[in-house]
Amino acid sequence: MAVSLKVNGAVRSVPAEPDTPLLYVLRNDLELNGAKFGCGAAQCGACTVLVDGQAVRSCVTPIGALAKAEIVTLEGLGTLDSLHPLQRAFIDEQAAQCGYCINGMIMSAKALLDRNPRPSESDVRDALTANFCRCGTHNRIVRAVLRAAREMGRT
Amino acid sequence: MNAVFSRRDFAKGFGGLVLAFTLDLPALAQDKPKLPGSLDNNRMLDAWIRINADGTATVFTGKVELGQGILTALAQIAAEELALPLSRIAMISGDTGRTPNEGVTSGSQSIENSGTALRLAAAEVRMILLEIAAPRLAASAEQLTVGDGVVSAPNGNKVTYGDLASTIDLRREATAKAKPNPPGTHRIVGQSIARFDIPGKVTGKAMYVQDMRPPGMVHGRVVRPPHYGATLASLDDAKARALAGVIAIVRDGSFLGVIAEREEQAVRAREVLAQATWKDGPQLPDPARLFAHLKSLPTKTSVISDKQSGVPAGARVLEATYTKPYMAHASVGPSCALALWQDGKVTVWTHSQGVFPLRAELVKALKVPAASIRCIHVEGSGCYGHNGADDVALDAALLARAVPGKPVRLQWMRDDEFAWEPFGPAMSMQAKGAVAGGRIVDWQYEVWSNSHSTRPMSTSGANVLAAWHLAEPQPMGPPTTPPQPAGGGDRNAIPLYDFPNQRVVHHFVQDMPLRVSALRTLGAYANVFASESFMDELAAAAGADPVAFRLAHLTDPRAKAVIEKAAEMAGWKPDQKGDGIRGRGIGFSKYKNLACYVAVVAEVEVDRASGRVRVTRSFAATDAGLVINPDGLINQIEGGIIQGTSWTLHEEVQFASTGILSRDWSNYPILTMPEVPHVTVALINRPSERSLGAGEGSQGPIVAAIANAFAHATGKRIRELPFHPARVKAVLG
Repeated sequence: MAVSLKVNGAVRSVPAEPDTPLLYVLRNDLELNGAKFGCGAAQCGACTVLVDGQAVRSCVTPIGALAKAEIVTLEGLGTLDSLHPLQRAFIDEQAAQCGYCINGMIMSAKALLDRNPRPSESDVRDALTANFCRCGTHNRIVRAVLRAAREMGRT
Repeated sequence: MNAVFSRRDFAKGFGGLVLAFTLDLPALAQDKPKLPGSLDNNRMLDAWIRINADGTATVFTGKVELGQGILTALAQIAAEELALPLSRIAMISGDTGRTPNEGVTSGSQSIENSGTALRLAAAEVRMILLEIAAPRLAASAEQLTVGDGVVSAPNGNKVTYGDLASTIDLRREATAKAKPNPPGTHRIVGQSIARFDIPGKVTGKAMYVQDMRPPGMVHGRVVRPPHYGATLASLDDAKARALAGVIAIVRDGSFLGVIAEREEQAVRAREVLAQATWKDGPQLPDPARLFAHLKSLPTKTSVISDKQSGVPAGARVLEATYTKPYMAHASVGPSCALALWQDGKVTVWTHSQGVFPLRAELVKALKVPAASIRCIHVEGSGCYGHNGADDVALDAALLARAVPGKPVRLQWMRDDEFAWEPFGPAMSMQAKGAVAGGRIVDWQYEVWSNSHSTRPMSTSGANVLAAWHLAEPQPMGPPTTPPQPAGGGDRNAIPLYDFPNQRVVHHFVQDMPLRVSALRTLGAYANVFASESFMDELAAAAGADPVAFRLAHLTDPRAKAVIEKAAEMAGWKPDQKGDGIRGRGIGFSKYKNLACYVAVVAEVEVDRASGRVRVTRSFAATDAGLVINPDGLINQIEGGIIQGTSWTLHEEVQFASTGILSRDWSNYPILTMPEVPHVTVALINRPSERSLGAGEGSQGPIVAAIANAFAHATGKRIRELPFHPARVKAVLG
């Protein structure tokens, strides 16, 4: 069967069952690479996307529940030619090693900045508690989020 | 041209660019003068560098990007010597069909081996370019200058590399005789060049093997036995076959997998197939008696340092035993590979650390010749050593063989990775020392460890998981350990300090109850933990300040310099006392006793009620010789400190006699964002010294610094890792 989803502003129909986790549909049907498979159990945060502005774990979110939702992925924030301030800040701070967790970091940070445009350092750390990084890039990630918050406050 | 993006043009690469496999003939090196770095085994210049008609250079390396930024750093070295801007360098890495064979990307050796080869090859290519430009420009080669890919003569004549591309013939052996540019003239080396790969990674470009989806791709999953050694007794796959989308179920002995049209269909079928009947394997040791058990197993024992000059009577003697548990690589992204069989040949896209060693293992497991297998590196999630990358490559090849012409992408599920990856071995370290007159007069140290090297390319059998499960199985290869001075379980077991009496013994434990292999630093993390903890215990016995005590036992000025620098950064005060809650400690090592020097000061806070230890701040000083990319080096040192803090405070593979219990993040917790210490890194750049490997330099020093800070804070010492709350509370009483 087919399910309709609104992703990054466009309505797309995908040939998947309603209980299919959103992550597989984003990656395989819509060819969006941002969200990553990490654990399949909402533990690590690598698969984070925004659903109606909230950071959710797409690996455990069935598409059947998202018929009316606005889904935003990393690709929906910005592109290489038109970077979102968070993406720009992650580049400026060189805030990645392997980078596999970075989608989740940026998407969780986006949800944070949407509700708290001027977070403290500990606000940022708390908001990213359930986003795991294994390379030890944490402090650069925090600096990047704070930098993006400053940049966004300026414009 | 962006090096990484160009390499990621899968659609193009997928058409089957099959070049002659002439690059990986190690026999070339026989009876020839030794060349530096990886040039020795890959002696042809065109194996490393090609000059293109458009004025760009294509640079080949056998080392691969694991998130450590190596391709950017190697491009810097090549660009520097070729006198080309970075924008005109394209990097090709880790491809059995195209690149030099540089073995495994491991051991903090890429800058030392591949970087050295590229520096010398590029310098030689530049020299050849000048030689062939000279007659064209009516000048002698010595008169020519070069910059931005343009060769200029004093008479005003100019020629570009692009113009010279058709006349230069790099099908010749390197001589290593061309002089690299002196460090004082460097324009690209030594700069914090932004990594090529980060823009793509923050915008969702196809950067990882997980992101590959060639036309016609189908999805695979494997169904592992419930535990080590369990075998598939009976399988009724009718239910799984009836599931929507299932294309094939592949069974070969106890290897079981499924291919489906859609990924979620493969995942569903995996769940159904897991209900097969399995016959139990052998029991694991009782975790409560693990270290006694390991010490009871057969060992190959070697004395790796022995220096005796007599211990003075009346010296104060201390003894201590330290332990380190099994630890997981626990990559955030489970291992993944993509395989395609066509006409009896297989191409595997893999995030293996060594595409050539992997191919050697696939030859044995798949029973096809090397000429029919091509392994191409594509980045995956960070690996930190030998994780499931090679295993999943074989899994994907076994599944794809059932559907020739169809590319199969297979990503392990979380529990596949946790339960089956080779862990960093559990280790036990026993130290005995004596102090007299404020100095160490005797140092006796013994370490028990399994192999840290069960990687592919074993001398017999096959070191890839599924090979052990096939109907015609291959045994696991014999356990190996790298010799000193680098060492394996005994890595950094010999301290850099000068002691009049010293004996260091390596007990290489042969039987491996849990699957083990290389985890970042091999034995160095545990040995630096033990010996640097013991240094502090001896310093206390001698009534000495830990920093001054270390300096007093060192002669190497570079070692002293990093310790002094870290102490200065941290505002180290010799007379500062711990207050029961807060303390600071220092740890030092020269990684492998032959790579970078790192000293770290850590500050901790101990919550005595909960038993939680928090590392608040850390200060690291690093000397890695000539620094190629300062920010890249800082990122590695900082990452090692944070990962090392996670290992130290949290990490321990849980198991019972029935099998591995750590199967998701809830039973293998790691450091979370609010727990991460602030990290300050200072680099001591030594442009006239050769570059030293640094990717694994800080994990040993940080664990020791934390252990010593805990002891400084509380007056109690923890000698067993990790420092989890229950253990801390027990020690504090």
